[in-house]
Amino acid sequence: MIDILFYVFAALALGGAMGVVAGRNPVASLLSMVVCLASVACIYVLLEAHFLAAVQIIVYAGAIMVLFLFVIMLLNLGHDYQPDLKAGLWSLLAFGLSGAMFGFLGRQFWGSSAMIATAGAAVDAQVEQYGAIGAIARPLYTTYVVPFEITGILLLVAIVGALVLAKRNV
Amino acid sequence: MIITPVLILSAFLFVIGAFGVLVRRNAIIMFLCIELMLNAVNLTFVALSRVVGIEGQIFVFFVMTVAAAEAAVGLAIIISIFRHYETVNVDNFNLLKW
Repeated sequence: MIDILFYVFAALALGGAMGVVAGRNPVASLLSMVVCLASVACIYVLLEAHFLAAVQIIVYAGAIMVLFLFVIMLLNLGHDYQPDLKAGLWSLLAFGLSGAMFGFLGRQFWGSSAMIATAGAAVDAQVEQYGAIGAIARPLYTTYVVPFEITGILLLVAIVGALVLAKRNV
Repeated sequence: MIITPVLILSAFLFVIGAFGVLVRRNAIIMFLCIELMLNAVNLTFVALSRVVGIEGQIFVFFVMTVAAAEAAVGLAIIISIFRHYETVNVDNFNLLKW
């Protein structure tokens, strides 16, 4: 059952990703991206990462994609149908490069199947003990508390930077 | 659940994103493709957290934060470039080309 669901969502994610690259209209690309992100969130659920699935929907598919949509509409690119693909030799080169990259990644991942036999036992025990959110929150506020605080500073810097960059008269 | 298919899926998503960045010239779509690559890496992290431990999911949390910050700053840059050039096609931004 879970495997069938995985393949359904994987097909949706791949279709969405191809829609992003192939879409002529930026808004269509963006909506394909939302499909892709939502299917990846479903795969997170299948992998027992419930908190991250919720965050993926709320932050990625919600906030970030709406930000993109605002910018597309602000710049009035919604009916921009002029082809913007790199032509000829370059796209052939890009195709070859991507194929080589996939070959390399696929070989690495395919060879990793030996260590997968015991998948999930450690994480499942932690989730059992502390709950789905507690299992993430506990290390986040103990071992990784300094990176967590630095993330807050990063967001502050990003807010100030975005405001300064997008302001009309700097 | 066996995670090898998930890893292969994430490799596919990453490669599609990289191909998009290389082929498309619309700055916003290139940016979307970068988000797609980040997303593929997140999927790898979550899948491998089934094997290695919960730390993988915490790293995904940080990657998502960085992606949000990057999207805000990058879109602000695109807006300010659009004000100068009236286009988002990166072939027109050739000031540093010789």
